[in-house]
Amino acid sequence: MSRPLESDQDLIRRDVRAWLAEQERKELLRFITCGSVDDGKSTLIGRLLYESKQIFDDQLEALESDSKRHGTQGAKIDFALLVDGLSAEREQGITIDVAYRFFTSARRKFIVADTPGHEQYTRNMVTGASTADLAVLLVDARKGVLTQTRRHSYLAKLVGIRQFVLAVNKMDLVDYDQAAFDSICTDYCAFAEQIGIEHWAAIPVSGLGGDNIMSRSDATAWYSGPTLLEHLDSVPIDVTSDAEKPFRMPVQWVNRPNQNFRGFSGQMASGSIAPGAEVRVLPSGRTTRIDRIVTMDGNQDEAVAGQSVTLTFADEIDCSRGDVIALASDPPEAADQFEATIVWMADEELLPGRGYWLKLGTQTVTAMIQEPKYEINVNTLEHLAAKTLGLNGIGVAELATDREIVFEPYAVEGASPNKALGGFILIDKLSNTTVACGMLHFALRRALNIHRQHLDVSRETHAHLKGQKPAVLWFTGLSGAGKSTIANLVEKKLAARGRHTFLLDGDNIRHGLNRDLGFTEADRIENIRRVGEVARLMSDAGLIVLTAFISPFRAERHMVRRMVPEGEFFEIFVDTPLAEAEKRDVKGLYAKARSGELKNFTGIDSPYEPPEHAEIHIDTTALSADEAADLIVEKLVGRR
Amino acid sequence: MRALTHLDRLEAESIHILRETVAEADRPVMLYSIGKDSAVMLHLAKKAFFPSPLPFPLLHVDTTWKFRDMYALRDKVGGEAGTELLVYKNPEAERQAINPFDHGPLHTDMWKTEGLKQALDKYGFDAAFGGARRDEEKSRAKERVFSFRDRKHRWDPKRQRPELWSLYNVRKNKGESMRVFPLSNWTELDVWQYIMRERIEIVPLYFAAERPTVERDGLLLMVDDERFPLDGEKPVMRKVRFRTLGCYPLSGAVESEAATVEDIVAEMLLTKTSERQGRAIDKDGGSASMEKKKQEGYF
Repeated sequence: MSRPLESDQDLIRRDVRAWLAEQERKELLRFITCGSVDDGKSTLIGRLLYESKQIFDDQLEALESDSKRHGTQGAKIDFALLVDGLSAEREQGITIDVAYRFFTSARRKFIVADTPGHEQYTRNMVTGASTADLAVLLVDARKGVLTQTRRHSYLAKLVGIRQFVLAVNKMDLVDYDQAAFDSICTDYCAFAEQIGIEHWAAIPVSGLGGDNIMSRSDATAWYSGPTLLEHLDSVPIDVTSDAEKPFRMPVQWVNRPNQNFRGFSGQMASGSIAPGAEVRVLPSGRTTRIDRIVTMDGNQDEAVAGQSVTLTFADEIDCSRGDVIALASDPPEAADQFEATIVWMADEELLPGRGYWLKLGTQTVTAMIQEPKYEINVNTLEHLAAKTLGLNGIGVAELATDREIVFEPYAVEGASPNKALGGFILIDKLSNTTVACGMLHFALRRALNIHRQHLDVSRETHAHLKGQKPAVLWFTGLSGAGKSTIANLVEKKLAARGRHTFLLDGDNIRHGLNRDLGFTEADRIENIRRVGEVARLMSDAGLIVLTAFISPFRAERHMVRRMVPEGEFFEIFVDTPLAEAEKRDVKGLYAKARSGELKNFTGIDSPYEPPEHAEIHIDTTALSADEAADLIVEKLVGRR
Repeated sequence: MRALTHLDRLEAESIHILRETVAEADRPVMLYSIGKDSAVMLHLAKKAFFPSPLPFPLLHVDTTWKFRDMYALRDKVGGEAGTELLVYKNPEAERQAINPFDHGPLHTDMWKTEGLKQALDKYGFDAAFGGARRDEEKSRAKERVFSFRDRKHRWDPKRQRPELWSLYNVRKNKGESMRVFPLSNWTELDVWQYIMRERIEIVPLYFAAERPTVERDGLLLMVDDERFPLDGEKPVMRKVRFRTLGCYPLSGAVESEAATVEDIVAEMLLTKTSERQGRAIDKDGGSASMEKKKQEGYF
């Protein structure tokens, strides 16, 4: 916790309520410390906490004993140990993950995030930066501006930080030399200008010695600017800009305790709202008026950006989680194709074409990312050609979502960024880890202008002419599981019943439509995407389509399922144990894969993700191919 | 236009976190430990879902060694309309009569860490709210708001999910779970200020009163019931209060005159020691003990 300033202690003794009221009026500044490894970030924060008397006696005692054990400062106190809270960090003397610490000055409250300098942990630096107003960028006076200094400046600017401090640290090690300081400032100035950082201040400091942190240093008589704390205390912060934008509230949760109450709960992203205001629910576009702003403390006359509220409407209109309630006269756009900057944060690289969960505000959709237009070299700011993005790669790419999302461009010239409706994360569908974050630039116009051609002969007409209900029977399973065999039998049985069918077989498609594709993960995804599109077109034509593809990834099967109208997609899991399939090895492929001749073979050196909710599960160790085919036909014909 | 105060902003953020969890988790639960942080968290939850009742139960992982005053408040809270309170006791710890006097660190491990894991598994909870704050302890300062736990409830501090803006990734596979900390960005002072502002009921042990105490290992312990083995010691009536509450044999009291929340705040502001100082639990295992406990599945 943060302790009061010594000068306040009298007031606390006399009138604690008055003192607390003063605390309530203090502004909050959230900042990060960043920069390269060993530039002294943790030490600087430890020093700030120590000098602002935030450390309790028992913590100081622990720090002294820790310093002797793990410290890097000999007999002296190692302030970094105050912030490096993980044992791996103390052992290695590095920062792995961001630590949040709290302290107070006479004017402000501070939440400081100490972020790691290692490139490997950049994602944790971005985590800290995403909620900060200001970045303190540390530079070692002996080393000057390094790649990591530039990378962190770039990322901080990218996520919308507008105030920067260049803390030239370890001045004691260059004898407080003004020329060294000036030369670093000149260097940084050029870079700051290039990336559009408008507000930055340079301060010569020593975290170890405490120079120019809380108190002015005699050793830098040539420096006339503020100390670090003075600067943090006086730098302007934008507290009202979100409130001045038009009203938007992403709906988090529908509050429905009984038949008589239906409220929409969420945190207001921007603007203000009062009962009677006309609002629009997006993406549906329906309008109504706000009836009440409901809280446990009674109905409110007004609510502003940042507040978590529950709104009720004057009319009964549809609204659910993921929708955005906005000012009717000035609503945000909805679209399904965008350009965005993406920061990749996972070890596994971006797979263009693969479906990822995209979460933006309270909306979660499936998104496919195109090959990046370019990757950014953060050192030179050059645009490099790229086919993908690897760990810590930053690039610009187009992406498409499977349905429209309500959004606003992240970055706004001269104003605070639209974090709530412009920032998103990408989540891997299998591991569920957060693999990237991104910032939307704009919607691609073609999403607005290319409308689907209306067809006079509808899919219903096609189906009616054939006297059947279309379907896609999607057989999935290991190579040699029996997919093609069973699919063939099913098609024969359906044809015998006068059904119009077509079988898309993996090998045949690869000889034609998909002969340009190989067996890399990305190509396999594209292979399935094309087959899915063809199957969908054929089902639009009224056919019962059978497909026999290994289709090893859940994400892609899910993607195809989303292409086909509900109730028409049948995932059929042809379940044969790997050992059994390998024993059969009809095409001799397993042998080749085992010998290393064939790479990326499913089941051997590439995973197969079994379906979790297949419509039909065929256990080939219990059923013959013919029995399996009968079972499938029965299910299909039996459906309503 | 109304400007939001610091407490208003903290409140709004916590409510956002609570709602996000309820919207995305299958079976959330709130860990209710009866202390002041739990009281604040519960109050925030009532606000978040008003006028609906709490959309999740409260879970108290009992050690049977809490203060009597704590059980009294727990039962009162659990009896309120619209509140479902589950109490879980590790049957193995109960069978072996594990206690803090004879079993040392095993007491916390079996009753709390194991008890918690058993309870979460028994009911199939996939998201559990906890009242931990980042200002409490240095490994907590490192933890995400949504803290991912594997099938064995373990925390991996080196592989935390990035957590951008206020976008929380609540997705997980079957058997995996989340610990969610709505009070992450609150300080101890914020908690007290909020208790004062919202008039939240807390256990009377936070206020100074004459209580029977003995001094052991530098801690002032309260003799709360007849199970306290007295080693020839005579309990002395002292005017004391508690800064944090846990099992009574593990919670150190401080001598105090603070009779109101204002007094408590003033006293806390002028003290020179941290709130966790009176807790024996943080110390066993050296400077990394909390981190280690968390990795094993403790909150």
